[in-house]
Amino acid sequence: MKPKNQRLVLVIAALVAVIAAVLLAMWGLRDRAAYFYTPAEIAAGKAQQFKPMRLGGMVAKGSLRHDIDGAFTFNVTDGKASTRVRFRGILPNLFREGSGVVAEGKMVGDDFIADNILAKHDERYMPPELGNLAAEHKAGKTLKR
Amino acid sequence: MIAETGLAALWLAAGLAALQFVLMVSALRSGLAAGRAMRAIAIVQGTLTLISFAMLLWVFARTDLSVALVFENSHSAKPLVYKIAGAWGNHEGSMLLWVTVLAAAGAIFALLSRRMGERTMLAALGAQAALALGFYAFLLIASNPFARLSPPAFEGRGLNPLLQDPGLAFHPPTLYLGYVGLSVAFSLAFGALLTGEVDARLARAMRPWVLGAWILLTLGITAGSYWAYYELGWGGWWFWDPVENASLMPWLAATALLHSINVLAARGALKAWTMMLAVIAFSMSMVGTFLVRSGVLTSVHAFAIDPERGTFLLGLLGIYVGAAFILFAVRGASLKEGAPFELVSRETGLVINNLLLSVILGIVFLGTLYPLFVEAVSGEKLSVGAPYFNAVAGPLALLLAVLVGVGPLLSWRRERRPVFKQLAVPALLGVAALLVTFIVAPAIGILPRLGLTVGAYLAAASILPLVGRNPLRTPLATWGMVVAHFGIAVALAGMAANAAFTSERLAVAKPGETLSVGPWLVQFEGVTPMAGKNWTAIEGKLTATRGSGPVTLKPQTRYFLDPPTETNEAAIDTFWNGQLYTVIGKPDEAGGWQVRLWWKPFVTLIWLGGVLIGLGGALALVGRLWRVRRRRREPDWRERYA
Repeated sequence: MKPKNQRLVLVIAALVAVIAAVLLAMWGLRDRAAYFYTPAEIAAGKAQQFKPMRLGGMVAKGSLRHDIDGAFTFNVTDGKASTRVRFRGILPNLFREGSGVVAEGKMVGDDFIADNILAKHDERYMPPELGNLAAEHKAGKTLKR
Repeated sequence: MIAETGLAALWLAAGLAALQFVLMVSALRSGLAAGRAMRAIAIVQGTLTLISFAMLLWVFARTDLSVALVFENSHSAKPLVYKIAGAWGNHEGSMLLWVTVLAAAGAIFALLSRRMGERTMLAALGAQAALALGFYAFLLIASNPFARLSPPAFEGRGLNPLLQDPGLAFHPPTLYLGYVGLSVAFSLAFGALLTGEVDARLARAMRPWVLGAWILLTLGITAGSYWAYYELGWGGWWFWDPVENASLMPWLAATALLHSINVLAARGALKAWTMMLAVIAFSMSMVGTFLVRSGVLTSVHAFAIDPERGTFLLGLLGIYVGAAFILFAVRGASLKEGAPFELVSRETGLVINNLLLSVILGIVFLGTLYPLFVEAVSGEKLSVGAPYFNAVAGPLALLLAVLVGVGPLLSWRRERRPVFKQLAVPALLGVAALLVTFIVAPAIGILPRLGLTVGAYLAAASILPLVGRNPLRTPLATWGMVVAHFGIAVALAGMAANAAFTSERLAVAKPGETLSVGPWLVQFEGVTPMAGKNWTAIEGKLTATRGSGPVTLKPQTRYFLDPPTETNEAAIDTFWNGQLYTVIGKPDEAGGWQVRLWWKPFVTLIWLGGVLIGLGGALALVGRLWRVRRRRREPDWRERYA
């Protein structure tokens, strides 16, 4: 191959790679991205059944129940509505009633079946998804310690 | 005084970096008289940042609570090793480490690199100074690690207990050395594009830096993966967390660069291509730093949420990446392509390697940034995780692993021999593995099944380059390649085995109760309270049996006071064929304890593979450097290696 043609082929190959990556990513992201919802949005019927998503809010006080098979049930609330969450697994260490939580999973009926409860890694740290909720919460709670 | 010394050293270093940059501009315009001065300045600048970093370690070691950063992140009742390692377990300290590595890399480069064009060398030193300057500004303006606290505090607020682990002493510095080591490749590419001296000599000067950085990235990622695996207590080794992706992206780019740079060094071909990859590799390091340090992400690595810092970092990223891309656009087209090659050749193999790695990089990049993009545009919040990355990037990675077995068999320029015949045995092994998985485990997913297949094939195919050669006369670099490629097969087998065969058991157990997981019977004996230097704990006792004698595992839940936090300390027992992983959770009202057990067959192969990949890189690096020394002693090397 002549050097000039060779360069042309390489440039085309690089462009094809870039386009392939973008197309593949678009195809993959279309139905594999998990949207973030609050209980109020779920109550308003925004969330589809069985679609992977994240749910964020505060763990309602007094709602945590320990089932016999090692599963947990608790309610997540944003002050306007509340969603019941079922989770089989070990809760993250900073999981507390009245504290912020982000759950990964899907809606099945009226319940949110969580595959994973995201750990809050640090007492001072709030997930950005919780936005204002976290700010209100911070003013009330974390200063106490 | 210590903190002030550190700060002063930092200011001085910043001033020198500015001077170094100005000298570069004048040297390139009007002669090279400034060259010697620039080398000296780069070395002094590197030394100053080392002094500054040492001062930070010192104030952390003695828990000087008049320094705001120490107050925020340390505590007097912490073991000394975590006091010192805690110096980089926070935003400001980790950025100082970043800058220190950047400047030190520049100093070492100035000290050692003599084997390249003087103009390119100076341009690269100037580029390195420009990089450092921006990050000095970031530290001094937006993230001063030495800010004083007045009045001094009586006690610090403590370090996040998840970080109080030997992993903190090893994982961040290693990764940073890798991230920032790539800056030299970036600067060299920038310098070479400025002067137009993109040739095999440049590639040989750049290669040790790329190799070194890549080895450290590999080891840093491997260490981080194992740390997350045992510390988080979730039993996973990779979560497709954006921060993990932030380290994977430079690694993918550096891996591509590592392969294309060999084409440039050996054949003088793929010039523009290699320069582009060098720019992208360090750009990915900066993107990673931005993602991690700007607080746009939810992660254990996101220390602070501060929009000002995020904007500052984004600005730096824009300037450096923008400048490099503009320079590339202006100069890239004028680079003459080197020696031609035919369709079936080593060069083509490496081009395909680069293309696949680039596509995977693009997929990871887009998936990682997509949530930020969507939120900026529509305000909707979403996350992209394992379902996307595994399904989209996984098959490509497997395809790449298949081709890893082919590429090294090809010869440079053109391949006329029937090399594919050699692959018959590995291919048969792969088919055999595939059949075995259908018999042993008919229900596993397609990716793990193919992973086992490709793993078996590649384990055999990767050693083919050694077949029929005298092992003692085989160059060390070839050995390194073989070891690294074999490591890929090992890691792949571990990932696939873990995904396919892991058994998990979650239960609430009363003392005396026995649970089964995989081939194990695990008896829960009970719990006892424990205390450490700055924590108390509940320790569970589990006795596991599998035919032979029992093993005891003692997982803990630890309660830290400063800051008040709990962590799970998983108890893991390693056997030749896997790991038994146990976590103890919370008690229930009836006196039972939540116990989670995993039997993970061959999971250790993942990290063993990672270490082998790094070791392969190290062998190649030693081989290359040794060869350079030998060449230097023999004046006729130009003819011999032309």
